[in-house]
Amino acid sequence: MAERSFAKEVKKLRLGAGATFHGEGILAVTKGLLQSGVAYVGGYQGSPVSHLMDVLADAQDILSELGVHFEANGSEANAAAMLSASISYPLRAAVTWKSTVGTNVASDALSNLASAGVIGGTVIIIGEDYGEGASIMQERSHAFAMKSQMWLINPRPNLPKMVDMLEKSFQLSEVSNTPLFFQMRIRACHLHGQFETKDNIRPSFTLADALENPIREADKIILPPFTFLQEKHKIEQRWPAAVKFIVDNGLNEIFDGPQGDIGIIFEGGLYNVVIRALQTLGLADSLGETQVPLYVMNVTYPLVDAELVNFARTKRAVLMVEEGQPNYIEQSLNKIFNDGELTCKISGKDVLPTAGEYNGQVMTNGIAAFLKKYRPDLTPPEVRPSSVIDLSELTQAIPARPPGLCTGCPERPFFAAMKMLEKEYGEIHISADIGCNSFGTLPPFQIGNTIMGYGLGAASNAAFSSVRGKRAISIMGDGGFWHNGLTSGIASAVYNDNDNVFIIVDNGYAAATGGQYIPSSTRSLKQNEQKARIQNAVQGVGVKWVRTIHSYDIGDVKALVREAMTSSHYGPKVIVIEGECMLNRQRREKPLKSQNIKSGLREVKARFYVEAETCTGDHACIRLSGCPSLTIKPSPDILREDPVAYVDNSCVGCGVCGDNAHEAVLCPSFSRAELIFNPSLWDRIKNSVRQGVIGYLQRRTDRKRARVML
Amino acid sequence: MTRPITIVISALGGQGGGVLTNWLVNMAEQCDYFAQSTSVPGVAQRTGATIYYLEIFPKAETKNIPPVMALMPMPGDVDILVAAELMEAGRAAQRQLVTRDKTTLIASTHRVFSIAEKMAMGDGTGDSDVVIRAMGKAAKEFIAFDMESLAASMNCVISSIMFGAIAGSGRLPFAREKFEDAIRAEGKMVEANLKGFDAGYRAAEKPYEPKKQIQSFAGKITGHANSKQAEALIERINALPEVVQEFAYAGAKKLLDYQDIDYAVQYLTIVESFAAKDKAPHVLTHELARYLALWMAFDDVIKVADIKTRSARVRKYRAEVRAKPEQIIHMVEYMHPRLEEIIGTLPVPMAKLVQKSSFLTWFFKKFTGPRLSDTTKISSFLMLYFMASLRSIRRKTLRYDQEHTHITGWLNQVGHALEVDYDLAVEIIRCQRLIKGYGETHARGLGNFKAIMAVIDRGQVTAGKVGDMREAALADDEGKALKQLFAA
Repeated sequence: MAERSFAKEVKKLRLGAGATFHGEGILAVTKGLLQSGVAYVGGYQGSPVSHLMDVLADAQDILSELGVHFEANGSEANAAAMLSASISYPLRAAVTWKSTVGTNVASDALSNLASAGVIGGTVIIIGEDYGEGASIMQERSHAFAMKSQMWLINPRPNLPKMVDMLEKSFQLSEVSNTPLFFQMRIRACHLHGQFETKDNIRPSFTLADALENPIREADKIILPPFTFLQEKHKIEQRWPAAVKFIVDNGLNEIFDGPQGDIGIIFEGGLYNVVIRALQTLGLADSLGETQVPLYVMNVTYPLVDAELVNFARTKRAVLMVEEGQPNYIEQSLNKIFNDGELTCKISGKDVLPTAGEYNGQVMTNGIAAFLKKYRPDLTPPEVRPSSVIDLSELTQAIPARPPGLCTGCPERPFFAAMKMLEKEYGEIHISADIGCNSFGTLPPFQIGNTIMGYGLGAASNAAFSSVRGKRAISIMGDGGFWHNGLTSGIASAVYNDNDNVFIIVDNGYAAATGGQYIPSSTRSLKQNEQKARIQNAVQGVGVKWVRTIHSYDIGDVKALVREAMTSSHYGPKVIVIEGECMLNRQRREKPLKSQNIKSGLREVKARFYVEAETCTGDHACIRLSGCPSLTIKPSPDILREDPVAYVDNSCVGCGVCGDNAHEAVLCPSFSRAELIFNPSLWDRIKNSVRQGVIGYLQRRTDRKRARVML
Repeated sequence: MTRPITIVISALGGQGGGVLTNWLVNMAEQCDYFAQSTSVPGVAQRTGATIYYLEIFPKAETKNIPPVMALMPMPGDVDILVAAELMEAGRAAQRQLVTRDKTTLIASTHRVFSIAEKMAMGDGTGDSDVVIRAMGKAAKEFIAFDMESLAASMNCVISSIMFGAIAGSGRLPFAREKFEDAIRAEGKMVEANLKGFDAGYRAAEKPYEPKKQIQSFAGKITGHANSKQAEALIERINALPEVVQEFAYAGAKKLLDYQDIDYAVQYLTIVESFAAKDKAPHVLTHELARYLALWMAFDDVIKVADIKTRSARVRKYRAEVRAKPEQIIHMVEYMHPRLEEIIGTLPVPMAKLVQKSSFLTWFFKKFTGPRLSDTTKISSFLMLYFMASLRSIRRKTLRYDQEHTHITGWLNQVGHALEVDYDLAVEIIRCQRLIKGYGETHARGLGNFKAIMAVIDRGQVTAGKVGDMREAALADDEGKALKQLFAA
């Protein structure tokens, strides 16, 4: 079970012919897969396609009814390699991951897959994490398509079009024997819309059929001389077949308009923003009827030269709208127009920014600049009203809101311990990793010098492996560990006699991507499965110094990391920091507790409290925590200027702020409130005796105090 | 050409922006509108803000042909912007999504502080007034109220309040019942959500009222004196310059509460002596009244024990953790007394003795270190009650002696400075702000304070420079900024 349950939504996957689907883009695509008769699906989670994996995981019943295999692949490379089942068998397949990072990981297998070619339609749904809200380096997946000659589908973002293009993608893949990318952006994944559904299709050829009658095609193995033949096959057969299919089926679209001497060419995914910009400029209506002819590339690779030449032949100029860089398509366009001996001018990055997302404003400005160059008569004179306020004053008042660890997160006490350790021990070179643990590099902890990729935290301190002296530390999560960190980091460290310290944060899930199960999860997709243990795994690859510790024992964590830093043991020292992801834990425990309270069982709920009278507003506690529930409020004392710390009601009582106060000797303001529900008789007896004595003494002091008042 | 109605919702994790979006989409579809929504959570799914964007379009206008709707808001093209937190509203305006010709801005005025604001060593909070002023100017219509406290008082989620406020704004062409139908159709927590919806609806009908500024003190202090001595004290406070009275009264009350009426008298006498040397607008005395009171009420073990054993504290505590009236609760205090603090509560001669004797030091060390004490248990309570009772000997304790030595030195320094440079004297007073907290925090603050005082002692320091040093001392807790300034 992932962070978000799709149990309700997956019912929509059963809709038959003629029904109307309402829902998110990513769910629509899942439905599209079932309508296309896929035989197996898989992938690796990551925004914005995590939900696709979650939907598939929650849709086990439907998938098994249809005979579709779902694999929660261990990494994107694994997912890509799995697609080899479609090389020699007519099995339709789909996998998904976050791109470009996931495509980077998968690219070895993808190159091999693309070289061998497929006979079963093979679609890789990539969540292109570019622009606002992106969490990764800003690159284009386009290059991968070009280098491996895999087709790149970038559909207009509306549900009927996306589903239709997905179905066509399988056909295109099959007729051209080529695996292809189906690219979706964050907003398209979360897009709510509707489309008319078709019946789901059982795969006509099954995985069992393949195993019963294995096919071995020597020329599809990636060894010379076949590799040379495969390259030729790509160029001579597969590419032309793809272009023919694209043309025959009208995958790219032309929306003509009366202003025939200019035109705009763009990636399908940008359709809505181009139309909105044209509407803003008064050149299109609400239905998308346009004054300026448009050529929409729902397939952005390969380009269809003839279509492009036909579109531009009689035009003075076209605007090529291509998001991100380098501007591969614009460059190709120059060559294509040159070969076609066109006089048409090409605008692109000259009027649009080279880097960054093309939002409505950018697009409007870009198109306006293009018009000014070639059709100044179409440029509207009015400037849109912009904000009338003083932005510089506002900018100063508004704080940035970087992401951070959740309330009660088990990684918080670990990073607090690290911060305290650095204070005593001195600064340490720390290689950080991808995952929730990445947030340790942000305020308030600022622990970690580099991030090199998922599961590569351990590998990225390899340069320091032979230094004997002050040690380096690497941090990685359990997700990254199983993704590749065990081999790339730990096994390699053993082999190279690395003397550094390797910390593995075991929160039980791939937490950052939404709490998916991993091999060492205490429960998993397949409940009765044998659980892998990180400790056994690292010992298995030869680590002699392995310690396990509970993350919330801050003092012990600090002492253990110090021990690892100073131990006389040569060789990698691995510390596994255990503490279950609080989001997942709360999801499991909270309903149970509420249920118990309702049914009259004794329960204790804990949460923290800060004494506002003793808090002096230094916020040292917050500098060691950053917990969302540990916040500030104005001091109740008018003489004090600084706000005091305050614990809000979202506190889950994990105890970190109290332990920090103890461990860092902060202040006596923290208190743990334990609220007892359905108290036992013994609770009540104790309480009344205690209250009797304490109440008497308190009343006595109150009276004394009341004698002199001001 | 008709344009769609465009709506932006900016919400933080857990505020139910997704639920709100679903209600809007479902309502619009029920009312024969095309509706399209999308969102950008990104990494923001962990504690950051999520932006939802919706467009709706009447089906009748296009003869049922779906229009092309955008996936992201465009500056100058937003009809309704809902922000579930004040700074997120400000951020939307910063992105130019709020414009005078179109935008109805519906914002909650409460704050969810960001980490940078929270972790500052002093007050790092952003200026809400700036944002509210800008919002009022930027929007066509500005609907703002504290949605969070309203939600808390109605025991509902903030998303239902926002939904009500959207309905109340009258910017959507749907009757109130259609909104309520959407809540019912979703079928989750219907009663609570309808209640919240109603509260939000009504709140949105009222125009935004800026929070009334707390009236700065005017007139005479009346107080609640119940003895001759106390009455005399009130009279003396009222004899002070008017601008000083509020702080002097708060200070005297604080010190009466902290120690006894004589201590308050002691405080007031010092304030008066400086007031006599001060002139209008009495900035120096005003600042002194504040910082002297804070210093004289230094945070010793006795104070902490006193506060934690009071009946009023139990009431406040129970309310804050939301304990039900008769519910049994435990209050487990995290204490970490250090040797200095324990020795500090001993009378000076005894404290000196302990410091000299290794046996006694060893003995008293037994009482130090991290401990949890549940003040609802008799043993723990008695222990703290006993510590609080040491108030009667506080004046004889080592800590008192140390603090008052510092206070005297500080007042002398203020006095000397006053003879030559008024502003410098004021800045010296303000440096007391650095001394706060316990343990290491206190040691660090006092260290910075002493370092700055030493620079002042060497002479040739301007008031401005002292202010800079104080700011530098509050810039980071490793003393980097202050060191840099000293080096400069």
